[in-house]
Amino acid sequence: MSKKPTTKKTAARKPTARTKKPKVDSWKRADGRAFDELRTLKIESGVLPNADGSAYIEMGRNKILAGVFGPREMHPKHNAKPNEAVLRCRYHMAPFSVDPRRSPAPSRRDQEISMVMRSALEPAVFLERYPRASIDVYIEVLEADGGTRCASINAAAVALVDAGIPMKDLVAACAVGKIEDKLIVDLGDYEDKKGQSDMPVAYMPKLGKVTLLQMDGDLSTEEAGKALELAIEGCKKVYEVQREALKKKYGIDQPQDKPQELPPAEPESEEEPQREES
Amino acid sequence: MSKSNIVSHLKQKKITEVLSTGKRMDGRAFEDFRELTIKRNILFKSEGSAEVWLGKTHVMVGVKVGTGTPFEDTPDEGVLMTNAEFTPIANAAWEPGPPNENSIELARVVDRGLRSAEILDTHELCITVGKLVQIVFVDLYVLNYDGNLIDACGAGAIAALMGAKRPTFSEGKPTGEKVPLTVRKKPIPVSVIKIGDNFILDPTADEEDVMDARLTVTFDEENHVCTMQKSGSEGLTVDEIKKCINMAQGKAPQNRVKAIGD
Repeated sequence: MSKKPTTKKTAARKPTARTKKPKVDSWKRADGRAFDELRTLKIESGVLPNADGSAYIEMGRNKILAGVFGPREMHPKHNAKPNEAVLRCRYHMAPFSVDPRRSPAPSRRDQEISMVMRSALEPAVFLERYPRASIDVYIEVLEADGGTRCASINAAAVALVDAGIPMKDLVAACAVGKIEDKLIVDLGDYEDKKGQSDMPVAYMPKLGKVTLLQMDGDLSTEEAGKALELAIEGCKKVYEVQREALKKKYGIDQPQDKPQELPPAEPESEEEPQREES
Repeated sequence: MSKSNIVSHLKQKKITEVLSTGKRMDGRAFEDFRELTIKRNILFKSEGSAEVWLGKTHVMVGVKVGTGTPFEDTPDEGVLMTNAEFTPIANAAWEPGPPNENSIELARVVDRGLRSAEILDTHELCITVGKLVQIVFVDLYVLNYDGNLIDACGAGAIAALMGAKRPTFSEGKPTGEKVPLTVRKKPIPVSVIKIGDNFILDPTADEEDVMDARLTVTFDEENHVCTMQKSGSEGLTVDEIKKCINMAQGKAPQNRVKAIGD
């Protein structure tokens, strides 16, 4: 989908059957999306032949691969836990994924994201089924366009399921931010950099639990509560796409070649803001 | 955190039992902080410093001002860098070596609190546009660990920055004079942790060891949220998150007074 030329932003967004409350109806974002509209989202599972489970996600212009290995023997052994498996995450960005080029060595940011990803995914996995084992989740960001940690979690959750690891729920993630004093869902790179705040949230829709919550910027407490609810709505939309991706792979009630269903967002609306990256 | 699962299971059981009676192991109520003491400007070689005691948690915060090249996308702005060091003297289980994920999280959460409140006027730190700017290093040095490092270090960082002086430059040359750093806001982090069904503030090391989840919220003077960070291995419901935010909000002003002094 996002392979389409993204040069002009003649987004033919028909004004949404979906935008519920017309609160900010006339106001448009830089890329023409409604305030609660996600970017185009495409998830494919089982893309890496050598991994036990894998997924590829395109969330806007983010392009991210997730591979899961395990449950397998923990190495080094002293990291193993006698009563449950250890989930290990490694988030890594390709040097060419951002402008300017970044060093391939893991930065502090990468290490923090690896850590919050682990705690976002852990609550969904039956770790106690695999004592002494490790389950390794590797994330490679091929192209970054704002919201990579959310996109990575979305891909990782699908990859974990693809690996056949028993899970209590999927984990869906989505960010909410504030720009021009308005709350918006699923920030693009431009909104991420120019916005007043950014709040990535991961959510287990069946269990109703938030497993990732970070926030930067400036929000009043009421806004923070409202943002959280908006983010959860976004996560639920992501969740549907994750389910579709898995159904497609495993051929459940869906013809194999039917194009993958998009989130409620209109496909056209993914036109990106004109490049504004620094 | 703890490698010893058996010990932490027993510990968890005991702590949860005591919490269910409305008390904590050290006799505090759920929302009580331990005594927070902050001393400012106790080091001479650093541009600013603060020594923080929060119960038995002991942290030294040092501010150094150096020079360096600006980031490409902000050629006329100085830089604020926060770094945390878990020294091996602070805890029997800590070893020397490169920073681990806990120290990185500590540094990043404190750093984001300072940054997203935009506490420094980064333009005043510019010496030569695109070439040379001042870099303010905030080093969080943990000397004794007994839980709740984020709150202790966050308050200490503000205290140290407020007392800090930076060298001045004129046409790219140092003038030999020092002026106080402009500190525009005073963000203060407060962490709430969840153990079982109970929410408590200012956890000790034992309580942190057995916690299910933690939510750190940083507030500025207007009680707006600057930063949030959830960690720990369990999820929180929306209502629980709102409860945590409220609990934290109640404590932030108190800790800010301690950090700023008078």
